[in-house]
Amino acid sequence: MKFGIVTFPGSNCDYDAYQAVVESLGEEAVFLWHKDHDLQQSDVIVLPGGFSYGDYLRSGAIARFSPVMQDVIGFAKRGGPVLAICNGFQIACEAGLLPGALLRNDSLKFVCEIVRLRVETSDTLFTNRYERGSILRIPVAHGDGRYTADAATLDKLEGEGRVVFRYVGGPGDADEWWSPNGSMRSIAGIVNDAGNVLGMMPHPERVVDPLLGSEDGLGIFESMLARVTV
Amino acid sequence: MSLYRIAVHIVPRRGILDPQGKTVADALHTLGFAAVKDVHIGRHIVVELDARDQKTAEQSTRDMCQRLLANPVTEDFEIASVEAA
Repeated sequence: MKFGIVTFPGSNCDYDAYQAVVESLGEEAVFLWHKDHDLQQSDVIVLPGGFSYGDYLRSGAIARFSPVMQDVIGFAKRGGPVLAICNGFQIACEAGLLPGALLRNDSLKFVCEIVRLRVETSDTLFTNRYERGSILRIPVAHGDGRYTADAATLDKLEGEGRVVFRYVGGPGDADEWWSPNGSMRSIAGIVNDAGNVLGMMPHPERVVDPLLGSEDGLGIFESMLARVTV
Repeated sequence: MSLYRIAVHIVPRRGILDPQGKTVADALHTLGFAAVKDVHIGRHIVVELDARDQKTAEQSTRDMCQRLLANPVTEDFEIASVEAA
């Protein structure tokens, strides 16, 4: 299976994603340059973390109009799987691939820490290798991660089982809603209505090997491998 | 064609948490400005463009706001001023 990882000016997690796919998952990966209109027959597109276009105007607002994004949007609309991580999530929201927006953290501080994430559904392209309710240890590193949408959109996401990950507190109060950025309803990750685009603020590509302190993120890549037909 | 200078205000939509605005409001209270009810912080953008007339310049800027300058999910915008540059 071939992963196409988009590199925007300011992307800084593209190599992490590449390493996760090639070294940990054992699959093929290529970098896709933002100025090209060529997805190189990728089976999955990764929109990686970073600070595309310096986060100017709004995070993701400029990248959304990159040449390659027009092809990524077409790919997603045809049902192609897209994994949008951190800045990728912001870009996907700006591009209208996912509902809502990611605003400045309520603390007004950049957060960089390991958080606990609860898998809210295992019935997706991206989480079928996890047990529903399992808790992942996974890092976040962002300044604009406060997921925001109107109440009707939030209700719809919840009603349709499209809230994929929620932040939860420590082991003692794992059921209590908590968020490092003030995101509405503690949302950390969602899928689109067709289920082929996942946006999440935490970084699964950074926890794919015991050497990195956790391999809890690898399941997302393995889930895609299990489901995506090449 | 003439050159126009158009100023746009973009502010967080009412009801959406604005932590910067809240922090500044708290600071103003600390300074004794007890009458301050609320503060909203957005951005001020000045666009210079060539247009046939003022109306066209304004309409074009509105399109820019809808497509890029403001996020329709979380922000409102208003044209603050239009002047010949």
